[in-house]
Amino acid sequence: MGNNGVYQGVNKSGQKIVSPDYMLFEAPREKVFMTGSEAVKEAVKRASVDASVSYPITPQSEAAHLIGELWVEGYVGVYFRGESEFGVMSEVAGCSMAGARVITTTSGPGTLRAMENFPMWAGSRLPIQLVLMARGVNSPLSIQPDNLEISFLLDTGCMIWHAENAQELFDMILAGFVVAEKTDVHVPIITAIDGFFISHTRESIMIPPEDIALPPYNPYVSPTPIIDAEIAPGRYIKDPFVMKSNYISYATHASWQWEVRAAIERSRPYAKHYLRGLIEEFGDSEAELVFIASGTAASQAKEATRMLLDEGIKAKVVKVKSIRPFPHQELLEATKTAKYIIVPEFNVVGWLEREVRASFYGKSNATIIGTPRVAGGMTMPPEIIYRDALKILGKEVSYVL
Amino acid sequence: MSFNIYKVNEELREFMPPEILELEEKATWGNPKRGVMDLPYAKELLEEHSLCAGCPESDAFRYILASLPNPEDTIIVNSTGCTSLVFPQIALHTVHSLFGNQNAVASGIKRVLEYRFPNKVKDVVVLAGDGATVDIGLDCTLQSFFRQEKITTICYDNEVYANTGGQESGLTVKGHVFKMAPKGKQWDKVPMWQLAIDSGCHYVVRMTVSSPRRVEQAVKKAIYVAREVGPTYIHLYTPCILEIGRNSDEGLEEMKLGDKERFSFFEYMTPQAEEVIKRKKEEGLI
Repeated sequence: MGNNGVYQGVNKSGQKIVSPDYMLFEAPREKVFMTGSEAVKEAVKRASVDASVSYPITPQSEAAHLIGELWVEGYVGVYFRGESEFGVMSEVAGCSMAGARVITTTSGPGTLRAMENFPMWAGSRLPIQLVLMARGVNSPLSIQPDNLEISFLLDTGCMIWHAENAQELFDMILAGFVVAEKTDVHVPIITAIDGFFISHTRESIMIPPEDIALPPYNPYVSPTPIIDAEIAPGRYIKDPFVMKSNYISYATHASWQWEVRAAIERSRPYAKHYLRGLIEEFGDSEAELVFIASGTAASQAKEATRMLLDEGIKAKVVKVKSIRPFPHQELLEATKTAKYIIVPEFNVVGWLEREVRASFYGKSNATIIGTPRVAGGMTMPPEIIYRDALKILGKEVSYVL
Repeated sequence: MSFNIYKVNEELREFMPPEILELEEKATWGNPKRGVMDLPYAKELLEEHSLCAGCPESDAFRYILASLPNPEDTIIVNSTGCTSLVFPQIALHTVHSLFGNQNAVASGIKRVLEYRFPNKVKDVVVLAGDGATVDIGLDCTLQSFFRQEKITTICYDNEVYANTGGQESGLTVKGHVFKMAPKGKQWDKVPMWQLAIDSGCHYVVRMTVSSPRRVEQAVKKAIYVAREVGPTYIHLYTPCILEIGRNSDEGLEEMKLGDKERFSFFEYMTPQAEEVIKRKKEEGLI
C-alpha cells in the first residue's frame, strides 16, 4: 500500500494495481501524440491482459503487432499468431474459458470469417474484448474505411461500443474489460473504431502513467464455470439438453438466449459510469436539427454543426457511444426538441439509422433522415452533411463544395 | 490435487444424486496407474451415454476415460457430432464450442493453463469425430500440430457423418455409397495418421478399439508425450454399425476385421517421444 491507499499490490508484470475509477478518472495524465493503433498498445499495457492471439489483416495489423511487443516486454502472458480469424476467435475463446483476460483485434472480411465464434463467445459468457478496426466488406476487394461490418455484429449477443477517436478508444478498452467482466454482465465487448481514420492517424491523447494497471481478472467471478479443473465441472447430467426434442430443452435454450441479451442490458449502469454516459451531446441543447452519429461520423457532424451556426442555424450532435446496449431513453431525451433527425454514416446500409428508427417508432414525432451515406473508402467532408441539412430545411446552399 | 473438487459438501450430501456420490467414493482419482482393468470395480467418469446400443464409440469413450493418467486435472475438448451427445455425461471439465474449432480452443486452453498454473500438470485432450477432425476442422487440427501445441488429439473415425444421417466424409473409403456421394465416393480416404506425422506430431497411432488394454497404452503414451514434448494423435476406428448395416452386437467383430486390414495397428514416435515412453515404462506408469 502507499499513496493514500491508491495502490493494491502489483500485477504479474510488476505494475502497481489501481482501481478502475482511479485509472480512468483520477490518475494524472500526460499528453502524447500517437496513432490509434499505438493507443491500443498503451491501453493493453495498463490492462493486466493475460492473453492475445493475432492474425494479419489491414488495418488492424499494427495494433496486433504492438500487442506482440507487449508480450515480449512481459506485459501480456500468452501471444501467438493464429491460422485465420476463425481459428483466432476460437483460440481466444479457449484462453478465456481457461480463465484469462483476453484481447484480440480484427477488421472487415476477418470479422466475417470469424463470425460463427461471436454468438458462441456470448453464449459461453466469455468477456473477451475484440478491438474492431472497421474496413470495407465488398467484392471486388476493398481495404478502405467503411463500417458496414458493425451491422453484422448487432445481434451476436456481444456488447458493442463505438469510439470517435483514439482517446475514446484508449479509455473504452480499459473500461471495456471492467464492464464486461462484471458477474452480472460477463459477455464479450467489441470496441469498434473506423479503421484508418483512427488506426492510422496521429492525434494528441492523454494517458495515465505506464507503471499502473487495472486489477487482474478474477476468473471465478464468472457466472459459468471456468474450464481449469480447479472448480467442480459445470455439467454432469444424464439427460443433456443438446439435441433433445422436449420442452425442457427448448425452454433452456430459449431462456439462455434471453439471458445473454439481459446481461447486455445489465451493463447499462456500469457502462454509463465508466464511459461517462452512453451518449454525448454537442451543440445547441434546444436545437430542432439534431444529428445522431457514432464513430468518426460524429466528428464530421460536429464540424457541420459549426458551419450551420455560421448560417444562423442551431444544430446539435448526439453521439452514440454504446450501440449494444442501445441508449433508447438517452436518445429520446436528447432529441425531444428535434424536428429533424439526420443520421450520417460510413456505410451503405445505414445500420444506425435503422436502430434509431426502430427505437423511436411511436415515441418521437421528428422526421428521421439517413444521410449522407459514405462508403467504400470515401471521406465524409462536413460540407456534405451541411449541404444535406440545408436541403432538408429548404434553405439555399451557399457553400461551394 | 484438484480431485478435491469432487468432494461433496457435507451439508448437501443428502440431496446429491447417487452418481455424484459415487464419483467421490468410487472413482479413481490421484492414481496415474488407473486403467481399463478398473472398469468393473471403479465408478466410471462417463455416466451412461446417449449413443446407439452397441456403438463402438461408446467403448472408446469408456476405455479412454478409464485410462487418463490425471483425470482430476484433464480438460477434454469436443466438437459437434455423435461425440458431442456424450459430453454432458462426462464428469470432467469438458468444452463444446463449435464444429471444427476443437484444436484451436484446446490450444488456447492449454497455453493459458500453462501460464496460470506453471507448477501444475494440466492435460488437454481433444476428442472429436472424423468430420470435425479431418473435414471442417482440418485447418485447426493441422495448425495446432504445426504450432507444436502440447495437446493430445483423438479422432473417432467412423468413416461417415453419422449424426447428420449418414453422409460421406473425408475418411469414407473410395467407392462407398453414402448420402452426398450417391455414385460412390470419388476419391481416396484421407490418410490422417500420415498427415499427423508430416505435420509434426511426436506420437501417432492408428488402431481399432477392439482391445481395451491397447487403447489404454496408446492413451497413456500420447498424453505423457504431449505433456513433455508436443502434439500427439490417436486415430481410432469406431465403425458406425448403423450406417454400415451391422447389428448392435457386431461392432467388435467389425473392428477385429479392421485390425487385420485397413486399421492394422500402426504406431509412430519421434526419438523424443520414445525417450518419454521409455522413462514412463520404467516408472511403471505405462
